[in-house]
Formats: sequence, C-alpha cells, structure tokens
Amino acid sequence: MGVELRQDLDMDDGGVYSDYDLALHVKDVLLSVSSGDVVSVENYRELVGRLYPRERHSPDDVAKLVASLKGLSGAASYIDSAVHVGLLSPLFAMSLWNYGPDVMDALIELIISLAASSGKYLDLCLAMLTRHFETPSNFLEKLKLPSGLTKKDQVLTRVHSALKDIADVVPLSPARIVTIVSDRLELYRQMRGTSTHGLVIFVENMLKLEGGALGEVVRVSMLTKVVELLLHLDVEMGSWDKVLQDHGIFQMELEDVDDFTEDFLNDGTEHAREATINDVTLKSFAEKLDTLMVLTFEHLESCEAGGRLSEVFKTLLETFRNKVLTTCKSKFVQFVMFYACALDPVNCGEEFATNLVEIFLYDANLTCLRMRAVAYLASYLSRAMFMSASIVAQTLKRLVGWCFNYVKTKKGGVNPEKDKLFYAACQAIMYLLCFRMRSLMDDPQSKSLLAGLPLESILSTEISPLKACAPSIVKEFLWQANAAGLITAEEFDFDDGLESEYSWVWGGKEELHKLFPFDPCLLRNSDRFIRPNFIYWSMVRRTYDEEKEGSSDEDGDEAFAVDNEENVMDYEILQCLEEQQFDEVDNALNKMSITPKDSLHNRFGGAINKPMRMPSRIRPSTSPESI
Amino acid sequence: MEGLKVSDTNMKVFLHPSKGGDIDGAIHHQLSSMIFKFDDNLDGVLVAYKFDVSSKDAKILNGVHPYFTVSIRATLLLFSPKPNMLVEGKVVKVTRGSISVIVLGFSCAFIKDEDIREEFKYKYKRGKQVYISRYQKRHVIKVGTMIRLSVNSLDVETLHIYGSLRPAHTGSIRFLDKNVEDDGLTDRSNKRRRENEGESVMQEPSTTVIQGLNTKVKPSSIGTEAFSFNNDHYIKKSKKHKTR
Repeated sequence: MGVELRQDLDMDDGGVYSDYDLALHVKDVLLSVSSGDVVSVENYRELVGRLYPRERHSPDDVAKLVASLKGLSGAASYIDSAVHVGLLSPLFAMSLWNYGPDVMDALIELIISLAASSGKYLDLCLAMLTRHFETPSNFLEKLKLPSGLTKKDQVLTRVHSALKDIADVVPLSPARIVTIVSDRLELYRQMRGTSTHGLVIFVENMLKLEGGALGEVVRVSMLTKVVELLLHLDVEMGSWDKVLQDHGIFQMELEDVDDFTEDFLNDGTEHAREATINDVTLKSFAEKLDTLMVLTFEHLESCEAGGRLSEVFKTLLETFRNKVLTTCKSKFVQFVMFYACALDPVNCGEEFATNLVEIFLYDANLTCLRMRAVAYLASYLSRAMFMSASIVAQTLKRLVGWCFNYVKTKKGGVNPEKDKLFYAACQAIMYLLCFRMRSLMDDPQSKSLLAGLPLESILSTEISPLKACAPSIVKEFLWQANAAGLITAEEFDFDDGLESEYSWVWGGKEELHKLFPFDPCLLRNSDRFIRPNFIYWSMVRRTYDEEKEGSSDEDGDEAFAVDNEENVMDYEILQCLEEQQFDEVDNALNKMSITPKDSLHNRFGGAINKPMRMPSRIRPSTSPESI
Repeated sequence: MEGLKVSDTNMKVFLHPSKGGDIDGAIHHQLSSMIFKFDDNLDGVLVAYKFDVSSKDAKILNGVHPYFTVSIRATLLLFSPKPNMLVEGKVVKVTRGSISVIVLGFSCAFIKDEDIREEFKYKYKRGKQVYISRYQKRHVIKVGTMIRLSVNSLDVETLHIYGSLRPAHTGSIRFLDKNVEDDGLTDRSNKRRRENEGESVMQEPSTTVIQGLNTKVKPSSIGTEAFSFNNDHYIKKSKKHKTR
C-alpha cells in the first residue's frame, strides 16, 4: 500500500497523502483481498508484512508503518475477523515498547478505532493494551536510566489514556478490563522469571487505573486484587517457615542463616538443597512483598492527598473482612489497613476499630472469625499510636460488657473448647490493657470509665479466664492492674511458658490464642512507614513504673511519652538497640513478634527498667512455627 | 425508543445456605449480577428490576450443599434491540468513517460510513467533526447530539449495536422532532385522526409508546404479563403542542 501501490491517490496541497486517502486505499486493499486476484493479495501481504517487528527500523520503515496504521485506523470497520486473520494476529502482537512515539500514537489510534468498531475486537484490544503493564525483561534494566523512564512514561501514559478513550465509547469496557487485568496478573505472578521490578510496575499500573478516570468502576476489583496478591506472598512466606522448621533451621542463631545455608549446601544433601532454594524463595517473596507494600502505602498517601482515602478505605475494609481476616497466617498485609488508619485516624482509624468490634459482637458470624476479630482489635488498639485513649476506653467497655453478660449465664470450671470465644475476648482485654492501662489511667475520663468496669467479676468467675489465657499476658496484666488498683487479686504464680495448658485448646489448630497480628513489621522498607505510628513495647509505660519514677509525670497524656531525662536516655538506648535487633532478625521473618526487651535486660543486667515479662514476647503473631 | 420492555415474571432464585440470614440481600445480589448482560432466557439485557418474594416457602434442594429455592415475582426492565428497531443514543465520537453512539448509557452503537445515508456529508468545521444534511442545513450530527438510529444487529457478548442511519426517519432527534411538530402544525387534523385511531406510532417520536413483550424467563416460570411503557417526555411535548 502507500506510495508505491496507489498512484491515483488524491494529494492535498502539500503533496502528501492525507489520512483519508490512506484510509480509502487501505479500505480498497481490505475489501479486494477476498477477490483473490494477484495484485490485491500482494498489496494485502505487503500491508501485513509491515506490522511484523524487525530488528531495526529505518526511517522509511517507520514512515510506512505509521502510514499503514493510520490507514487501518480509518478503515477499521472494514477489518473482517474471518478474512483478515493474518493481519489481526501481528497487529495484536505489536508492542509499544518497541517503537517510537509516532508509531505508538498511530497504533493506539488504531486500537481505539478497532475496539469501537466491533464487539469482536474489544477484548483483544483491551488485552493488547493491558499487556503493556508487563515490562519486557530487556527493558527492565533500561528503566534505571532516565531514557528508560521516559520510554516507560511514553508507553504507559498512552496505554492508560487509550483505556479511558475506549471506555468513553464503550461504557462497559472497564468491567472487561477488570477481568482481563486480574487474569493477566495471576499468570504474570506465576510466570517463571517474573522479577520484583516487573511485578511492581504491573501493580503500579493497577493502582494507576484505580486512581484514574475509570477508578469508580475498577476501584473495588483493583484494590481487592492488590490485597490478594500481597496476601498470597505473605502466606507463601509462612509456608517457608514450616519447611525450615522441618529441617531444624530454627536451632541456629538467626544471624547465621547465610552461613548455615552455605554449609548445608556444601553438605550436598537433598534437604540442604531444598532449604537453600527455599531461602532464596523467601528472600524473593520478602523483597516483592516489601516493595509492593511500600507501593501500596504510597498509593494510600496519594489517595489521602487527593481527598479520596475514605472511598478507598471502604473497599480496603471490605477486602480485609473477606480476605485478610479469614486468612490464618498473614503477617504483613494487615499493615495496609494499619497505615490507612494512621493516615486518617478520626475516620478510618475509628471505623476499623468499630468494624472489628461489630464482627466480634455479631452472633451470626463464625466463632473463629469473631475470635480473630477480637485478636486483631486488641493488637490494633495496642499498637496504634494514633488511636486516642477515649476510643480505647470505649472499645474496652463494649468488650467487657459482652464478657460480663457471658459469665452471668456460665457455671462450672474451665472449658477451653466451649468458652473459647470468651477466653479470646478476655485475653484481648488483658493484652490491650498491658499496653494501654497507664495511658487510660492518666486520662481522667478514661480512668473513671476503667474503674467502673466489672473486670474483677469477669476474671474471678468459675470459668476462670486467668487460667486459660497466656500466662505471660495474665501476669503482666495482674502486675499493672494491681498497681493501678483495678483489681485486688493476689498474684498468680505462673511460669513464663508460652501458653497455659488450656490456651492451646481454645486457640485450636489455627492457634488463635497466639494471634497478635500487629506485632512489629519486620519488612525493612515497609517499617519506615509504620514505625512513626507504632507503639513498641519498649515505649510503653506501665502503671507500676510510677512507683519507681516517683509519680512525677502523671499529667502526660500518652503512656509512651518519655518525660524525665533518665527515661529519655533509656528510651534512646532502647530504640537504638531495638533497631539493631530488627536488623539482625530482618531475614528471619518467622520472628515477627520477637521483642528486644528480654535481650536488653540481659545485656544491661536488667538495669534499664524494672525487669518484667513482655506480653508481646510470648507469642509469634500468627506464625506458630517460629516459637 | 424501541427495544425497551417491562416484563413481569415469576422466577426461582437458588441461594446458598450461608445466605439464609439475608434473603433479600442475596436475591438482590443474584439479580444485580445479571444486570447489563444479555440473557437468552429473558431474550434481552436486564437494565433494572424490582421483586417481591411471592412465597414464604423455600424448597431445599438435595446435594452436597443444600441450596434452597426462593420463588419471587420480579418486574424486569429489559433492553432487547432487534434488527430495524429504532433506538436512541448520544453521539460520543464522529470520524470521517464512523459515528459512535452510547445507547441508554451502557450500550455502544457503531455506525460505519456505508451505513450513513448519502444525505449526510462529513465536514470538519471549526475543529469539530460533524455530519450535516445536504438538504437541511440545521440537521447536524456532532458529538453530544442525541440521535435516533436503526439497529442492524447486536453483539450479545459485548452489547455492541451495529447501527444505521439509512432509514429516512433516523438522525438528530431534535431536528426530527421539530420537523414532526412543524408537520403537525400544518396537518393537525391528520394527527388527531391518528390519535383517535389509537395506533401505536413507533416512528412518530412525539407519541412514542413502548410495548412490553411476553417473555419466557425461566423454564420454571409460571407465566408472564405484558406491560406498556409510556415515554412521558414525548407525551408532555404533545400536550404542550396541543395547548398552543
């Protein structure tokens, strides 16, 4: 086609063929090919031949390609899927990454025209465009250079703009985009050789779709898919823990992981090789998860800046309820909720807590779901620096109220299986109070509310939650509650085992008695976002600290505030050592809930604070294998 | 506009046992999932619905999951464009070779140049692409114009309508309606006679009446009823015209 093939084309004043001339000519070529005459077939073949990629494109090739694409665009409605298969197949295989802006524009125009012209091509066009969410491996390296970034911008801007243009003409196309992108993500994730960078760019595009003009339609699906992907990576890392445990890898010191795998590899056993492969796999998963979490956090920040965090949060909350809360081994993905709450504590933060309470209180929900909800609630309110004492107090009131009503009807001894929901609630209350009791006591309103709670009557009931809950939590709680004058119970003589003889029974196979989902996030980059909003155990002031400190700082509103000079030093040392500790364990993600306190006491001979047992130390979040 | 019909239907909805706590919500969910999709049983695209649970008795089905069946009586608004029907939509794109239209806000209609009658001439005017009638300068089709088009076919998978502006009574609705009104002014007696005869004047936009068709919805349906759907907009116009 083009210059050589059609000598009778009209020319405009500039002596070049107009787009209309090209369209007319291509229309002729398309319509005449079925006649079978030699010239028509030859013209058609030449047209098709230009669509195939070449190693190098001369300026002449590029000009002819642009002309062909523009001609096809004008005659898109004459492309017949039955007759022109040979043309459609190289056309949909074209990649914007291989061409310059002129070809990109012409190709995009053609794709939009095709999508609008016939329902038959709609899915193919959308698939062709969304395939560009996957960066070809040879371009991934180039993306580190400014020219690579420019190319990426050129390609993806056009892709998103084209998707929007198609949606303007075909209103139901966003619904099809959702399906195509979801399927493609699944394939891309499972594909061998999918790098972290490639996956991140894919998700970046999904989030861009969510934040773009089609957001209203695709929001729910895109966010759900992203959370599902995070959850998948999260759970995969949990299964790695189990493999390692089977091979006894937990017997070694954490910092020796690399040496261990090296030695093991030299050992040459099958187990050794498997362990090493798993180690590499874990690092890959951890890297992917960490980068994707950061990307999600940044997206949430942009939503907050754009004033649409509340809409996004609604979807996240729904996804959390349906996906995350029902997954038993997620360690990281819940921090997406945490960070969204941190960005808007008044609306999102409170809504999250209220929702968890509602899930726990609603009778029709499954018991294990309610147990998880209350564990999430306790962990969230304990760790969220941005949640006010009044919200914590109100939540406690509702939980205690439920427990009080429960014990009124119960008689008999400890029955961990039957009363597991009650024990889960009691443990949540005690855990929350371990972290928040001091801050609540410092707030006059919360203090009076707390003093009015029937804690003692719940704890001293015949079904005795103190015997069924984790001893370390119970012990820490009793220390603090005694010091605060909330209860007058005598000190219980617990050893510091991880669980009582009953707790594993009510925790069940899922070990819900050890579920503390918001233990410190050990993904290095994600932690940067979480850390400023997070209460570490080292920051918590206990009620019994007052005796030592001489009660000179009651006016502090936040329990974790460090008031006097000595404590400031202690706090700094703790922070420093805590960071050091985290660096050491960064590769050992199974130790999610490890706390530095114990080791600090060992190092300083217990000189920093009153020696005590940490509630958070006793449980490794959702990963039982890490004990 | 043709192709829209209201159908009163008896349906059976199969629900998972876990949905037993919120039957209404589960039925809504089930019917919502059918919206904007072509259903062979309904012979159309479900656009809107309302329903009442017709019987409190729900039959439990045997199986691995004991699904239960709820009988409902639903009123469904269906869109079922057939060849040669006239539908209306808003022009969203005009090129030299085609006009793209959105019908009812969800269906894409495409008219290619050979389906645009020779009366219309493509022009590029003040940066805008338009089709102008060669005989009536005020008959213009551009982006934003509401047009009436004839249906050639429908792609049931993507709800893509292949349309045509070949029939004489297709084109800009505003222009066609005005023309009809003008005709009415000069020939009021003819119009009155038509009204008295009560004929359904599908091709007279000022008195369009859309008639629902009997539809067999599910094999288990007990029966269906036909409804008529009056376009108030056009009726008002007629009244206005009469009061002049």
